[in-house]
Amino acid sequence: MPFIPHTADDTRTMLARIGASSIDELFDEIDPELTRADFGLLADGVGEMAMLAAMSERARRDQTGPCFTGAGCYDHHIPAAVWDIASRGEFMTAYTPYQAEASQGTLQVIYEYQSMMTALTGMDVTNASVYDGGSALGEAVLMAVRASRRRQRPGTARQAARVHIAVAGPCHPLYLDAARTISRNQGIEIGEPLIAADGRADLGALSAGPAPAAVVVQQPNFLGLVERVDEVTAWAASYGALVIGVVNPTALALLKPPGEWGETGADIVCGDGQPLGIPMASGGPSFGFLCSRQRLVRQLPGRIVGRTVDSLGRPGFTLTLQAREQHIRRAKATSNICTNQGLLVTAATVYLALMGAEGLRRTAARCHARTRDLVEALTSIESVTARYAGPFFHEAVIDVGRPAGPVAEALAGAGIVGGLPLGRFHRELDDCLLVCATEKRTDAEIGAFRTALTKALDP
Amino acid sequence: MSETPAELRYAPSHEWAQLEDGVVTVGISDFAQDALGDVVYVELPELDQEVAAGAEIAVVESVKAASDIYAPVSGTVVAINDALEDAPERVNQDPYGDGWFFKLEPLDAGELDNLMGADAYQDHCESDEAGNG
Repeated sequence: MPFIPHTADDTRTMLARIGASSIDELFDEIDPELTRADFGLLADGVGEMAMLAAMSERARRDQTGPCFTGAGCYDHHIPAAVWDIASRGEFMTAYTPYQAEASQGTLQVIYEYQSMMTALTGMDVTNASVYDGGSALGEAVLMAVRASRRRQRPGTARQAARVHIAVAGPCHPLYLDAARTISRNQGIEIGEPLIAADGRADLGALSAGPAPAAVVVQQPNFLGLVERVDEVTAWAASYGALVIGVVNPTALALLKPPGEWGETGADIVCGDGQPLGIPMASGGPSFGFLCSRQRLVRQLPGRIVGRTVDSLGRPGFTLTLQAREQHIRRAKATSNICTNQGLLVTAATVYLALMGAEGLRRTAARCHARTRDLVEALTSIESVTARYAGPFFHEAVIDVGRPAGPVAEALAGAGIVGGLPLGRFHRELDDCLLVCATEKRTDAEIGAFRTALTKALDP
Repeated sequence: MSETPAELRYAPSHEWAQLEDGVVTVGISDFAQDALGDVVYVELPELDQEVAAGAEIAVVESVKAASDIYAPVSGTVVAINDALEDAPERVNQDPYGDGWFFKLEPLDAGELDNLMGADAYQDHCESDEAGNG
């Protein structure tokens, strides 16, 4: 079938229908400075040698010191073998498999990935990945709403009543933004995070709020704390709401898998796969994982690889349950915005295979220990305190006693990537930094952070 | 030539309906199951669900396609064929018997008159086939 682009007439008709005068008008909300993409770095027509020199100089400015910022993207060690293997020519596709069954190697990698992720999360099924943590949460919300609409009683069924999704405890604000963007026009309302004074889920506020179709709970939560997931799951079960767990895959090596939360376990689990062998790379690309219970598999969007036998009884791999997908179901597919992150999933699969369960557990334990050391070192500075008393995994909120934005800038000036100032996301935490120490951080680096912070607070 | 029992009524979207003791049983026709191929899953409505004639109420999925099932008449779902969950192949094997989907208590049994009889449906299938050819 040939690719048929829109004709100029088609474009005019569509613009007239939505009341826009030009294609450019559709992108009005983007800062025009950004669309010009003029960074003032290179003169027009500059030669390759001059360009490389300018870019190297610019790249040096990005090389800041040790990274103590996480907030969804973590500076883990990536064994050299991970990308050596993942960048082999045979695996070199970033995209979802077409002519899938001709690519048995690609399908097997995805199958192994799915197997590892279900083991890690304690869930029954996993898809072949989505874009990132935010889009995974968006798809999880849509899944939950589809599943609950099917359970609705007469009269209300299939009507466009607004569906409420509750957020129990601090959840990544950018994930919530993405999920709201994806679900807003489908009659879905995602509530504000309900946070108690201890920085974790507020069950009282949950009970006082509107009845949700699903409850989103993040473990560890956005403020780094180990969330009260058993209580939230029990609450959801008693109210007939589904539980969507947003999890850090490294933390799952130590914490109870979402499949075992409460009496019933989470129904849908999602998150960002960046900690599994993906470089921070200035914030992306990454991949999102999405897992669920078997009974919700027909609501799970995206590719799913199954293991089967061919006509001669030989084992092989195949895409399965494809009637959910847009090449078959068209507009009624479970999702029309999801693909998989083939290359990054390949790297994550190699990472998990190299680390093994024990390696991942030791990495997680080391991250936790380093972060305890970090919090101890920083809070030994007078005027710096730990904001919350609850247990944390590898991130913690420290209160520096004054607006944290300028403090973080001062730290950056001293060569330390010193945590995320939280005021942008939580007004009441304007004096706070979310700090993280992965297994890579050394005593010397933690010492340097302490020294730089002392100086930033007492110049 | 597919089977088209004379005692049933048929919708253009290939559901059959049969009124017995005030309850309408609904399934898909022999023609439809043959066109779909091996049925692997049927998503059934909920008991007590109310539905208007022509509304989507179920989904039937085969190895090569997924199709919506529309309610042939308005009414309330009073029974669903749970056995299809474990044995969806019954839709292929016995579309007018064990392969039934659900039963409706009709709001107005007169709506059945809007559906086709066997002969008209047979003609409809032939033109459908010709059209798809």
